[in-house]
This record gives sequence, structure tokens and C-alpha cells, in this order.
Amino acid sequence: MDAFTTHTGTAAPLRRSNVDTDQIIPAEYLKRITRTGFEDGLFVAWRKNEPDFVLNQPQYASASILVAGPDFGTGSSREHANWALLDGGFRVVISSRFADIFRNNSTKAGLLTVVLPEADVEALWAAVEADPALPVTVDLQTEQVTYGSTSVPFVIDPYTRWRLLEGLDDVGLTERHLDDITAFESRRPAWKPASLPALPTR
Amino acid sequence: MGQTLAQKVYEEHVVRRTEGEPDLLYIDLHLVHEVTSPQAFDGLRAAGRTVRRPDLTMATEDHNVPTLDILSPIADPVSRAQVDALRRNAAEFGIRLAPMGDRDQGIVHVIGPQLGLTQPGMTIVCGDSHTSTHGAFGALAFGIGTSEVEHVLATQTLPQYPAKQMSVTVDGELPPGVSAKDVILAVIAEIGTGGGQGHVIEYRGSAIEALSMEARMTICNMSIEAGARAGLIAPDQTTFDYLAGRPHAPQGADWDAAVAHWSTLRTDDDAVFDREVRIDAASLTPYVTWGTNPGQGLPIGASVPDPATIADDSDRAAAESALEYMGLTAGTPLREISVDTVFLGSCTNGRIEDLRVAAALLKGKHVDADTRMLVVPGSVAVKLQAEAEGLDQVFTEAGAEWRGAGCSMCLGMNPDQLKPGERSASTSNRNFQGRQGKGGRTHLVSPAVAAATALTGKLTAPADLETLLAPTHAAPIGV
Ligand code: SF4
Repeated sequence: MDAFTTHTGTAAPLRRSNVDTDQIIPAEYLKRITRTGFEDGLFVAWRKNEPDFVLNQPQYASASILVAGPDFGTGSSREHANWALLDGGFRVVISSRFADIFRNNSTKAGLLTVVLPEADVEALWAAVEADPALPVTVDLQTEQVTYGSTSVPFVIDPYTRWRLLEGLDDVGLTERHLDDITAFESRRPAWKPASLPALPTR
Repeated sequence: MGQTLAQKVYEEHVVRRTEGEPDLLYIDLHLVHEVTSPQAFDGLRAAGRTVRRPDLTMATEDHNVPTLDILSPIADPVSRAQVDALRRNAAEFGIRLAPMGDRDQGIVHVIGPQLGLTQPGMTIVCGDSHTSTHGAFGALAFGIGTSEVEHVLATQTLPQYPAKQMSVTVDGELPPGVSAKDVILAVIAEIGTGGGQGHVIEYRGSAIEALSMEARMTICNMSIEAGARAGLIAPDQTTFDYLAGRPHAPQGADWDAAVAHWSTLRTDDDAVFDREVRIDAASLTPYVTWGTNPGQGLPIGASVPDPATIADDSDRAAAESALEYMGLTAGTPLREISVDTVFLGSCTNGRIEDLRVAAALLKGKHVDADTRMLVVPGSVAVKLQAEAEGLDQVFTEAGAEWRGAGCSMCLGMNPDQLKPGERSASTSNRNFQGRQGKGGRTHLVSPAVAAATALTGKLTAPADLETLLAPTHAAPIGV
């Protein structure tokens, strides 16, 4: 995973709530077995059917920060949604509320999710609608979103912040504790089920 | 202070706890399917890692599988490549796989319980948000992304933080024709699609205790639609009876030890929930959704809402765009909405009891001439059971299509899709735009409402059938 320290780019205002992962990337685009190349599915229904959809507007075409309405990323657990956003050039999504699994997946994929109060999201929408070229900086070190003369603090749990700043891979971190895992396994009750050997349905 | 059921299960699985870090949680069962796993296996290979516990891992093919002609290779080359990748990965890493054509194949959340692999007090994960289904057994079960799939494959653990605790208490008796699906649609309409965010929901109360295991699975399944990652129900005699004798259920002395432990898995009287919701079962009626998120649901007797009456800005905008997408006009009674397709199936309502309820309503009658009905059992075992009971006959004689097992039209990754503008009544769990096919319009319903709707071609409650389908010759003649 790439480290995330600070990012400056332009922002696209996605004035929609409840953007589910089927909208971010529909199922038919999930058949690829690689980890990249999902940009073609990103918001594809809206991109194709709505000429004035925000990402169809040239002034937002190169945005790298998505500012969305509440309940972003609901629905399926597909990490493809996070990959599609990254493949589509986004490094940050800002919303007043994210679905849990989406947020969790983001921290693994290196996409930063920033929770801001709804009023701050509204203000940011207004600012980037007034000036689509306005540079927006999301600084994970200082935990601030800055644009124009405005700075808004955000909160992220310190462990996730540290992992993102260092670009650390969770599996590697957990492997430092293999002894604890082995010890736990030796205490598990014998009657806990196992899938092997296979005992098929009769 | 006492603990909730979810807290008890969580605490029993903490491998390591250190200040300032997430807990490391042990995972008892990892279910795998073809869509969310290929990149995880690639990650293992790239790092030279193995699967730590193949014996606690089980894979199946479900999302891409066709429901017709299932013994031939998949016609769509991209779907086939994904299924082939799972087969190669399962073989390479020594994981048990139930492939198409196997007796144990089916939707991942149907086969776990059916094999007895899903048991009380377990931690269960899968790269699929509806893993919450397994919570019906008193397990802590939740969906994960592909990076986490890789993490569990490699270490059999996950870094986690404890969730907040929410209770949904449903007391009283459900009226006839009202089912578990209606309960959960009502809960989601009440708390919203973000209402459970950050929480685990425990469903409790006399109406929940009275439900069968399959009905409990329907409720826990849709916890994710309420924004919660997991939902669960305390195990009881109903749970133990369901499990006894299943292939992977404990036996003999092991069974006794397991039941003794499972019986301790209840929320303590002095446990505190962060949020509590109460629902009166007797007040519920069949529920249907009118919009494009599962929180946009109403009793079937209601009408399509007028967005102008919605106070919250973003809710109003969402309702406006939902009505436009759904092709609906405010004020239209829901019962007047005609559907083209009825889909009975999915991990929400593709189990044997769901098929029985629908078959009982369809028996001896015929599906409306302008409506097609697809019946897709949740697993091969469900299919075989239904055929043994003659339900397939009932469905086909009524003019419905009897298909092979899989996810099918729940998300249309296989050929079972709505065409643009087509409208469905679906027993699945998501009415998102395009979910069942590009431009398709979905109304979420219970199996009973699905069957009644298939008979009339319009959204219909089972209780409506008596008047709607009354034989015309019963009218008084010659007065
Ligand atoms: S039936 Fe639908 S919701 Fe369930 S696992 Fe399959 S695609 Fe997902």
C-alpha cells in the first residue's frame, strides 16, 4: 500500500446521499481478477446516462478529492469500489458519514476517507462549485482539510493514521504476533467445527 | 456491568489486546466465493504466504453461476475466468470448494448453516456484506473486503475494534401473512440505511424468539441494509434443534459440551446498549420498498410518498431521484404498481421455508399472463429438498420458472437480469439502481408478497388474494 501523508488537488462535489457501492461500480465490472483497471466501471451508469453528472463536467474531470453526501459506500463489501475510485484518480473521499465496510476497505487500499460534519461538507461544496479549480489540501499529519482561507480539522483513529502515514501492510503487522495466534489456537475447544475433512450434505 | 451477547462472543476471540492498537480477533470460519477472493489469493502468492487454516475455510461458487444448463461450462468468458480462478486457488491452497454441480454448492450464506458449519458463538467472516446472515445462530458474523480476505487467509485473524451495541426488540405476535422479511424492512424504514452504522444489532423480544431459524436468518441478513455490519440473535432451543444432526455439528459428548457453552450466550440483564429500538409486532403489515435504497419502504397499503413532504434536504433529494428512476408518481397506491418480473430467491429468502410459503400460495393457480416468475433456490440442497416435496411441480404448473441454485437475479452477474425499465418484485435485499440489471427497477418484498404479486401482476399482499382471485361465478345471479 502507498503511504498517505498529505494530498493537494481539486475536489468534485457529489451532491448525493446514500451512494451505494453498486453505483460506485456495478456488479458486471467485478469480474476482473486483477487489482487494478476498474476505472471504466466507476460511476458508469451516471457517467453514461447523465450528461451533467459532476464527473462529466470538464472542470471536475481531473478532481482527486470526492466530496459526497451522507452514507457514502453503503451496500456490498466489494473493495472494487475503493479500487475504482483510486483507479479513477481519487485519493480522498470526504463525507459526513460512511458505511463501515467501505471505510474499512479504504484504509486497506490506501484511499483516505475523511469524516466532516454536514455543515463543513456543505461549505466545501459551495466553495468548489464557486471555483472548481480551488486547490484543496487534505493533510493527514495535521488532520486538517484546507482550502482558500478555511481550515477544518478532522479526526481519525491514531492507529489507522499511523498505518496510512507509514504505508504499512496489515498482514505483515499481524505476522509479528504469530505466537499469540498459535497460543490462542491451542486453547480453542475441540468441538469447534472444521470444514475439512468434508462431510457433505446427505 | 454485564455484557451483551455480541460482546461475549467478541471477547472470547480476542487473541491480543494492546493499548492504542486494534484487537486481534480470531476467526472461526472463513467463507470464500469467486468475486471477492482472486486478488486476495494473488496477494498471498506474491508474498509467498500460505493459507494458515484451510480447515477453517470453505469456498463455493455462487455469484456468477448460471441457473440454467449448469453442468456446461459458463458461456460468459469473464464469469468463467473468475470461477476458474477460484478452482485453481482452492486446489493450490488446499481449500474445500463446492463447485457448480456439487451437492453442497449454493449461495455462501445458505450453505454454511445447511452444513452445520455455522454455529453459535463463532466468529465468521466472508468477503460479502450479507455474512451478517450467520448471526441468526448467535455468531458474530460480518462482511469484509478483499484485503481483509487476504489477511484472514494468511493469519486466521483480523484487526478489529469493538462495535457499538444496538438492540432491536420486537415484542408481540406477527399478524398472519406478515413475515420476518416484513419485520426487517420495517426496521430499516424506521432507522434508515445509516441507522445501524458502527453498531452490532441484537434482535430480541418475543416475536423474534418465536421465529424459525430460517426466518431469523432473513432478519440478520439485512442488518447490513440498516447500516450495521452484523446482526445477531441469542441461540436457544430452536437453534440447537436446527443444528442437531447436521454434517458438521458436534456429536456425542462434544454436542453436550457445545450446548452447555452455547446456553451461556445471552445478553446479561444489566448489559447496556448504546441504542435501543422497539417495534410492536402486532402493528406490522407486509412491507414493500418504493425507492432505490432499502430504507425507502412502506406498508403495502400506503401510497408512493410525495417528496415535497420530506423535511430533510438530502432525504428529499434522494426521494425525488428515486421516484424518477423508479418511474413512479407520488400518490399512487403501492397496490396499483404492476411488475414484469417476480424473483424468489437470494440469501435473504432462498431457503426451503421461503419456497414452501410461496408454493402454498401458488398451488393450483396461475401466474399472471404478463408477469414472469423466476424461482431460484439458494442452494443445491434446497433445490433437491424442494423437488422431494414436489414444490418444483407447483411452481412450474403455476407457470413459474424453476432454476438452478445461485445468487442469480439478486445482482445479475449471471444472465438473469432485468431489462432497462423492467420492474420486479424481488425477495432479495437490495433495490439499488441497476442492481438487478441496467435500468431495472426493484421492489423488495417477502416471499408471500412475491407469490401473491406473481398471481395478480401487481404488488399484492397475500391477504388480498381472497377478494382479488374470488371466482366470478360466486357473484349472485338473477337478482
Ligand atoms: S444472494 Fe445476493 S446478496 Fe446474497 S450473496 Fe448472492 S449476490 Fe450477495
